[in-house]
Amino acid sequence: MGVKLLLEKAHVEGIRYYDVYRREGGYRSVEKALKQMSPEAIVEEVKKSGLRGRGGAGFPTGLKWSFIAKPEGVPRHLVCNADESEPGTFKDRYLMEFLPHLLIEGLIVSSFALGSNATYIYIRGEYAWIPDILEQAIEEAKANGWLGKNILGTGFDCEIYVQRGAGAYICGEETALIESLEGKRGNPRIKPPFPAIEGLWRRPTVVNNVETLAAVVPIINLGGEEYAKIGVGKSTGTKLISACGNINKPGVYEIDMTISVEEFIYSDEYCGGIPNGKRLKACIPGGSSVPILPANLLLKTAKGETRYMNYESLADGGFASGSMMGSGGFIVLDEDQCIVKNTYTLARFYRHESCGQCSPCREGTGWMEKLLKKIDSGKGTSADIDLLWDIQRKIEGNTICPLGDAAAWPVAAAIRHFRDEFEWHVSNPQLCLTQNYGLAHYADPIHVPAV
Amino acid sequence: MSEQLFKVTIDNITVEVPAGTTILNAARKIGGEVAPPAMCYYSKLQGSGGKCRTCLVEVAKGSEKDPRPMPKLVASCRTTVMDGMEVKNITSDRVLDARAGVVEFLLLNHPLDCPICDQAGECHLQDLSYEHGKVGTRYEFQRRTFKKHDLGKYIQLHMTRCILCYRCVFTADQLTQKREHGVLDRGDHAEIATHIEKSLENDFIGNVIDVCPVGALTDKTFRFKNRVWFTKPVDAHRNCDKCCGEVQLWMRGDEVFRVTARKDEWGEIKDASNGKTGWICNDCRFEKKKASDWVIDGPSKVSRHSVISQGHYEKLVKPKETVVDVMNGSQPHLFLDIHDVSEVNKPTVTLSALDRPAHSTDFGNQ
Repeated sequence: MGVKLLLEKAHVEGIRYYDVYRREGGYRSVEKALKQMSPEAIVEEVKKSGLRGRGGAGFPTGLKWSFIAKPEGVPRHLVCNADESEPGTFKDRYLMEFLPHLLIEGLIVSSFALGSNATYIYIRGEYAWIPDILEQAIEEAKANGWLGKNILGTGFDCEIYVQRGAGAYICGEETALIESLEGKRGNPRIKPPFPAIEGLWRRPTVVNNVETLAAVVPIINLGGEEYAKIGVGKSTGTKLISACGNINKPGVYEIDMTISVEEFIYSDEYCGGIPNGKRLKACIPGGSSVPILPANLLLKTAKGETRYMNYESLADGGFASGSMMGSGGFIVLDEDQCIVKNTYTLARFYRHESCGQCSPCREGTGWMEKLLKKIDSGKGTSADIDLLWDIQRKIEGNTICPLGDAAAWPVAAAIRHFRDEFEWHVSNPQLCLTQNYGLAHYADPIHVPAV
Repeated sequence: MSEQLFKVTIDNITVEVPAGTTILNAARKIGGEVAPPAMCYYSKLQGSGGKCRTCLVEVAKGSEKDPRPMPKLVASCRTTVMDGMEVKNITSDRVLDARAGVVEFLLLNHPLDCPICDQAGECHLQDLSYEHGKVGTRYEFQRRTFKKHDLGKYIQLHMTRCILCYRCVFTADQLTQKREHGVLDRGDHAEIATHIEKSLENDFIGNVIDVCPVGALTDKTFRFKNRVWFTKPVDAHRNCDKCCGEVQLWMRGDEVFRVTARKDEWGEIKDASNGKTGWICNDCRFEKKKASDWVIDGPSKVSRHSVISQGHYEKLVKPKETVVDVMNGSQPHLFLDIHDVSEVNKPTVTLSALDRPAHSTDFGNQ
């Protein structure tokens, strides 16, 4: 049983409500932070903890906090990014639904550290029932003196507001989120200036993921150094993984980044293996935008070492033979899944969610979707596969925000690792409509795990 | 900020510019081919740029202090120069490749209806695709279409031609009291539209026609009247109480076909003699269509590299040798002698002998 920091109390009856949460030791970190620590000390503690952004990019949180500009007389803001729209990711929803006070607690401490008197939670529109839960938690916290004016007699004022988005994936990008929060069209801004200098209402702003801000609570409670001992290397602490796809036990799991991918998929503590005795074909380990990996490269790196569930190990081998930790949306595909169809589905998503601001993403995502649909319906040619590769190459890195990259990577990885399956679709136009390619040689050296 | 000068090297040409200048403007200072093309950036509009990605350049050296190159290509219109920066534009294969890709993306859903488009001849997208694009397209799907919007009696919107540069949105925001149009929807079905069918009526809204790099927003009073390359640009002015009144008339004979603002060599509106940007009002643009309304200053020089500037090229060197010289003395071979009568149309059929329009059977039954 691994260490649990965030979901430790998730199964306590009534933990959603203040009384139970407080009884179970909630809001200790606020007392400690506001009474005993200075804002700089908290930032220092987070830096020491080695906490990395849990939203996908994995940027060190302490470093991000230290970048925030502090001009005299200008308010600063903390924004919680709860626009969790990455296909396959649902960890923040779980956290907000069952442990709303954990997020509020993390937000109060982080707001204190950053000097934000008005903190916002930007939540995606589809999570229609969660703003009520959060607002109730905010009310409870306020009634008990954890929010509002002069918190705990320290003279620090903080208000938390919940703002619903209208359901656009792009509003999870931090500058698009800020635009949307300001009431504008959710187009990403061109950087620089970065939000730490000029963000919400042109004031210095930090945007962090729900899980990142919740992780501040155990960091303050344990101390940064103690937190950094959990995990391995630069992947410290615990990470929530939302596992879905062809597994026996889909759900949100907290891992301490030391277990192997194989153990995560097959052990009964976590995903519990693949149903119906099917074999593993591929996996998208970090939410839909990260490169898909075939089974052999998922369990072992190209060098033949065991792959672990942490930032470094999953990225081992770069994009040629590795992937990314991403947001922790772990999607498992068994032998019955068609990679072409899967890639088409993702391409369709990105075409639909592109904001249309810059040309490579606006036009390229649509083009890729049409080509993938063509190949999937058995009308493709082998030139289409090369064309697809060329299109993704021209989108990647040439766009304003990372959505272009996110749209290009899944297509690139699918062609890189599963080209034979694409070619089979081209050479068997009739067969591919009724039958799946199944497992290819890349999945062969799979042994039955002993876990 | 003090007048600090930064040295920046673009395509091996060094230029000194004040701190805070963008790479694009530094390159424009050098001029010529070194200046990256820009479809969405407009120096007179605040906040424009960064969207079309045609001005991508490679930064080979960040600055004197931090010589690391930038990993990604950057949009030169929104990246400011640093002292000692080295930029590669046309000397970088990566840039040319990416730019060709962007041109292909821009043309993907563009209808290529240039033969009937009023913008043809002065279209930035035409120039861009001639200079940086490829010959053919690899796109084989249906191009996207939109529901038509009527923007009133002055401005014609062709949404299919739009490349979503947002220039018109910025213009309306910064020039008129109240913006009535904007971008609706997202992704490849994003469109310029008024929210509820409404005409654009504002004294300065006509300027969106001038800033539009393609034929998406054109002048309804000039629609299908003439081709721009048949009309002659003439500088003219009048006393206008709303705007600077300094315009360019597009004339054929004595007839004024079109009135636009004066443009500089980058296709942007020039500064007027009062030092402000020479935006013109709707009155001057749409209503004053008689030569007698204007005081004509003289022919205007178009230095932009499009069809309208043919014959205006500066520093044009005419080749001295003739075709015969180039081909080592041999006469050019004519691929098709137009004096030969084609057999395709059956010259034996006397069409004038028919008392009705000719039909395919008239040829087939021979």
